[in-house]
Amino acid sequence: MKNRWQILSLAIALNAATSLNACASDSLKNAVREIKPDADNAGLTLPAGFGALKVAENTGRARHIAVTAQGDIYLKLMRVNKGAGIVRLRDKDGDGKTEENTGFGNYGGTGIVIKDNYLYASSDADVYRYKLNDKGEVINPDQPEKIITGLINRGMHESKSIALDNKGNIYVNIGAYSNACQEVDRTIGSKGQMPCPILDSAGGIWQFRADKLNQGYAQGVRYATGLRNVVGLDWNQQLDQLFVMQHGRDQLSYLYPDMFTEKQSAELPAECLYALKQNDDAGWPYIYYDQLQQKKILAPEYGGDGKKEGGSKAINPTMAFPGHLAPNGLLFYTGNQFPSKYKNGAFIAFHGSWNRSPLPQEGYYVVFVPYENGKPTGKWEVFANGFAGVETVNSTRQAQHRPCGLAQGPDGSLYVTDDVKGTIYRIIYNGK
Amino acid sequence: MSKELFTELSTMANKKKLFFGAGAAIIMLMTAFRAEPVQQPVAVKASAERGKQVYVKRCMACHQADGGGVPHLNAPLDGASAVTGKDKAKLIKIVLNGMTDRVEIDGEFYSNNMPGNKDLTDAEIADVLTYVRTGWSNKSSAVTVAEVKAVRTKK
Repeated sequence: MKNRWQILSLAIALNAATSLNACASDSLKNAVREIKPDADNAGLTLPAGFGALKVAENTGRARHIAVTAQGDIYLKLMRVNKGAGIVRLRDKDGDGKTEENTGFGNYGGTGIVIKDNYLYASSDADVYRYKLNDKGEVINPDQPEKIITGLINRGMHESKSIALDNKGNIYVNIGAYSNACQEVDRTIGSKGQMPCPILDSAGGIWQFRADKLNQGYAQGVRYATGLRNVVGLDWNQQLDQLFVMQHGRDQLSYLYPDMFTEKQSAELPAECLYALKQNDDAGWPYIYYDQLQQKKILAPEYGGDGKKEGGSKAINPTMAFPGHLAPNGLLFYTGNQFPSKYKNGAFIAFHGSWNRSPLPQEGYYVVFVPYENGKPTGKWEVFANGFAGVETVNSTRQAQHRPCGLAQGPDGSLYVTDDVKGTIYRIIYNGK
Repeated sequence: MSKELFTELSTMANKKKLFFGAGAAIIMLMTAFRAEPVQQPVAVKASAERGKQVYVKRCMACHQADGGGVPHLNAPLDGASAVTGKDKAKLIKIVLNGMTDRVEIDGEFYSNNMPGNKDLTDAEIADVLTYVRTGWSNKSSAVTVAEVKAVRTKK
């Protein structure tokens, strides 16, 4: 123990001496120096000064993740595994690797968030919450409060991701059960429905109260519409605003081979990061955002040709990424462990594409977008890569791991889930 | 290896009349025979070749070049029991009418709707199904134009 403190003191002294980071004297930051990255950085490629370790493996199909102030990890599994849809991982000896794995919740799903001493978790139709004790432990794992119920689930874009604001509201994504609201989904020659009937109960973000039981559509508010499917979303604390990542539509060249080349179809449309205000409309299915032309383009199902603009009332994204990368996790970093460049910036976990054939697939990494005063200040950059474990993914199943959920630990570590094998990664900064 | 010989050897092995060494020899013999590529009839090969062109245009976007599908989204064809199974009529129906049911396939659920392909000709459907039933690791039988026609015209 004495040695440990000596090392800590030395670390603090070194930090003070080099003073590369204004936030470096944070005691939590020094505590992380006791956590050792894996020798191979868990198979990841990271910027200089960062390291990574596998906290746990084979946890099930881990979607979103939440970490308590005490460091316990809660995972939401897509499918119930060994009787549990929520897994709690605990590191009992402080080495960063978790030794204890306990489960509860007999439903699969994606969303999981901790806010004000409650753990919120979603199935593909309902949202539950569990009271936490002062150690961040769920008090009654078998008796959650069902706060939202009966959300549409047609087995497509079915995940109900969740985020909470600071005024007692919870925001739920309800994905559209369609690619482009055609009369017959994904069918060549099928027109777009006008108006798109899906938007009354899906294709947007709904707002509910976080503390009321059994709320259905009648008790909720359609907060924003025209969003095809959102999996990654986060409440930006600095701006006090909801940010969401939309999964853009598929199959432009398959459905319209005369209008789009395979290369265009692989790149378009953009995967969009939107900053939402109440009653915003992002334009799906009538338009899509073309990041190359930097315009909102009329969808071909609604008379577009790849050039005609549309959606004069639709909002623009704050950041546009290449097509089909599948953003499944969004996190605005508020910690002090990473260098100051990362503070208030956005991390996005891209699950990786399937809709780029015959071109190679893309994504399967975590990117970073620098933000200042609520605006992106630079280009996005790949932050953590190598999850797929292969040089090129030509077919999605070749990817060994696919990043999905993101969470920030109490010490500012970044946690990333993988929903193929259930590997949980922890990324730490150990630069000098 | 002739069927008779195989049956005889298997029966002998089952009756445990052979020593372990002899059993191993049988396995080696079988492996040697298996390693010999099964010569496809020329017609089946040609059908599969034509079917690949249909596959690239109509199926590959979702089912991928290697027939692997996409986990949780689009069902795999390579190694899929429903693809290589005996019920060709069911398979032909799926290609014709598409599939929007959320059913468990070999232990997994798939989210995306599959569109129908009624605009393809009987020959194109026979070719593409012959391609997927004999392609990648699949070693099943061909689908004929007559089989497709029978399903399409059946009320």
